[in-house]
Amino acid sequence: MYNFEIITSAIDHFLHSVMPAQLAVITECVLIAVCTLVAYVAFAIVMIFMERKVCAAFQCRLGPTRVGFWGLLQVFADVFKMLIKEIISINNSDSLLYRLAPYLVVLSSILTFSCLPFDKGLQVLDFNVGVFFLMAASSFGVLGILLAGWSSNNKFSMIGAMRSGAQMISYELSIGLCMLTMVVLSGTMQISEIVEQQVDGWFIFKGHLPAVVAFIIYLIAGNAETNRAPFDLPEAESELTAGYHTEYSGMHFGFFYVAEFMNLFIVAGIASTLFLGGWTPLYIKGFDSFNAIMDYIPGIVWFLGKTFFLIWVLMWFRWTFPRLRVDHVPTLEWKYMVPIGLVNLLIMTICVVMNWIF
Amino acid sequence: MNPIFIDIKEFPQRMQEYKDLKGMDFLRELIGMDWGEEGLGVIYILENSDTHENLEIAIKTTDREHPTLPTVCHLWSVAELYEREVYDFFGIHFTDHPDMRRLFLRNDWVGYPLRKDYDESEAINPVRMESEITEDVQREYEIKEEAELKKINAQTNRISGDQYVINIGPQHPATHGVLRFRLALEGEEIRKIDIHCGYIHRGIEKMSEKLTYPQILGLTDRLDYLSAHQNRHALCMCIEKAMGIEVTDRTQYIRTIMDELQRIDSHLLFLSCAAMDLGAITAFIYGFRDREKILDIFEEVTGGRLIQNYNTIGGVQADITPGFAKKVKEYCEYQKSKIKEYNDVFTNNIITQLRMKGVGRITLDDAISYGCTGGTGRASGWACDVRKRHPYAIYDKVEFKEIIYKRGDCYDRFKVRIDEIKESIHIIEQIIDNIPEGDYKVKTKPIIRIPEGQYTAAVEGSRGEFGVFIESHGEKSPYRIKFRPMGLPLIAAMHKILKGTKIADLIAIGATLDYVIPDIDR
Repeated sequence: MYNFEIITSAIDHFLHSVMPAQLAVITECVLIAVCTLVAYVAFAIVMIFMERKVCAAFQCRLGPTRVGFWGLLQVFADVFKMLIKEIISINNSDSLLYRLAPYLVVLSSILTFSCLPFDKGLQVLDFNVGVFFLMAASSFGVLGILLAGWSSNNKFSMIGAMRSGAQMISYELSIGLCMLTMVVLSGTMQISEIVEQQVDGWFIFKGHLPAVVAFIIYLIAGNAETNRAPFDLPEAESELTAGYHTEYSGMHFGFFYVAEFMNLFIVAGIASTLFLGGWTPLYIKGFDSFNAIMDYIPGIVWFLGKTFFLIWVLMWFRWTFPRLRVDHVPTLEWKYMVPIGLVNLLIMTICVVMNWIF
Repeated sequence: MNPIFIDIKEFPQRMQEYKDLKGMDFLRELIGMDWGEEGLGVIYILENSDTHENLEIAIKTTDREHPTLPTVCHLWSVAELYEREVYDFFGIHFTDHPDMRRLFLRNDWVGYPLRKDYDESEAINPVRMESEITEDVQREYEIKEEAELKKINAQTNRISGDQYVINIGPQHPATHGVLRFRLALEGEEIRKIDIHCGYIHRGIEKMSEKLTYPQILGLTDRLDYLSAHQNRHALCMCIEKAMGIEVTDRTQYIRTIMDELQRIDSHLLFLSCAAMDLGAITAFIYGFRDREKILDIFEEVTGGRLIQNYNTIGGVQADITPGFAKKVKEYCEYQKSKIKEYNDVFTNNIITQLRMKGVGRITLDDAISYGCTGGTGRASGWACDVRKRHPYAIYDKVEFKEIIYKRGDCYDRFKVRIDEIKESIHIIEQIIDNIPEGDYKVKTKPIIRIPEGQYTAAVEGSRGEFGVFIESHGEKSPYRIKFRPMGLPLIAAMHKILKGTKIADLIAIGATLDYVIPDIDR
């Protein structure tokens, strides 16, 4: 097993040896911020490319092929285009809120991104109420969307924002219940410890039935949280043209776009952390040589492998299902998913109390 | 065709009788006419939806200053929009009509373009640089004792100021063209709807009065571009009927095959766009992938993909290519295997069914009253297929089922089209191997003149009955030509079915009604 902490603590020691303690801390903060942002953008670029290719495969197309080998530079061309586009300001819009909204969305997304444990010791934010913080950070993204719709002074945006608000606040509940179920199973809220506990068996196997139910509900609710089809009502292009970000252009629109993709990554990342063991390898009891081989694969590969598998599943949803209608969304949440989630939480608690877990 | 002229005073009662006693419940056409000195008038073509018996009625008034005729929109709901069109182009006021506004042109348009004494000079109607003010006031007219017009109810608001009004269109991804719905919303629910047409009105009927018949043929493909073959077929049939030309069997076979291929093409586009509107983008691509194969066949035979210009007076432009039959058969086999794929990926999806089942119901009575022909009418249980009602070409020689569903909701409208693809393939398979030898075109005179009189012809277009009416005075060009739009009745029915539904339902209903805007606007 690798432990990334060796590298981080080496850097820490080095910095402390060449500069005073306070300056070292500040330097570390800057380093971490830069690394996080670079990783954030890098993953966004990978995801956008992946989405194009996956969607093309589902639709019997080739996807981008012209720019660079196998279309590899297409995303860079797109990002460059978006960067040089004019940011248009709208008459009669609430200018401060209008400008603030995209930053709120992207900030919430980056904060949540920092909670993800990529490998043992490779995690930016990790403290004893990690899951709690993660939920809080991911929740205020909806504020940015509401503000975007409200301040644009556009009726379509307004409807889109209202839809988004209703949807995200509802589905937050299911996500919370699923996380709570897993917290009950692990007995801790610290993300690194949750992963640590899965070394001898992923929670989806340990928690058997209630964990599987929670996993499925989490995937559905997580999909709704990211505003992607079949839950893309806030930006339903055939109804509301582009919903809450109709009036945004250039990099302001880019922020919404990137945040949406990264939210997908985050949802998949959290799912793989809570249910599929994060960076822990797959062990099968009794197959010692197999387990030893699994150990050679680095934890970050395990984490990204699981995450991208889940992203692929979510993209499969996205490109297969039609869009729900606005009244189906709360119906699904309040009539089905919340009651099932509550019962599931109860079952999980009973399982843990009676020690019916593997 | 010889319409019966009825006196204005007797008119309302006689029409009521025709509808109640003779069962003439389907208003096929309502044609505004300007007979010059003899006055302005309207021709009604009625049909009994059970016996398919037709009746032509005409009415006219000599008053050119304030022409006023009684409305029939309480008898046939579709007349509401038809009469607005006549008002727009001929300036005929219909008394007791609930909403006498212009339908296609701007409110500040001067004159009535289809009148024979219309002044076309640009000084009267310059290109207006300011945007049109939407009139929220509807006017009703009644005749005062001195036969003068009186405005009543001039202050009835259609959509009042304090409602949350949004415009779906004229540029909107789900209107499939430039159509504008003005919606008054309460939350997501639609309270009132006002439909504005005319954004792509090209005045084809007006243009046709100056063009020769072969020239008009070129315009028909541009009405409903997804039933280009059928449109042109109808006009050719009408002219051939009028001139007494007998086309060869080979022509009839080719025309039938092409019509059916065009129908499959249109239905494929329908179901992919319906999927797209509901958010299923993959199903959209599947439909378009398969449609491409039909377009390839069209391109090989006619040279055109969307607009083929294939039918011509007395036959078709060019003979079919040697490999045509083989290609079409291959395509039929291929398409049959793909229908299951559409059902798997889209139709049988639970979300699709939730979105479509029970949404936007049109009852049988409404369908007939609004004249919603085609797949929409058949989904409501109305056997309205022109191929069965008034067979043309070789449709009486082939065996095929008329697809009829009962509920009339979006889901049924969708299913009708999928089943019709299978039926069209069935028709093609019956005749593709037996195309008789012979000329593909009979010789016609170099200059085509139609003998004096009124002629009609109708075909089953891709989305309903497409009719052509020609009044000829023996000239090279028609005195009046009228195309029966397939989409206008569907738009008229939207008024009724949209109330109380949600914005998302508007999209589903619009997608499954399957209108094409250039056909509505002409």
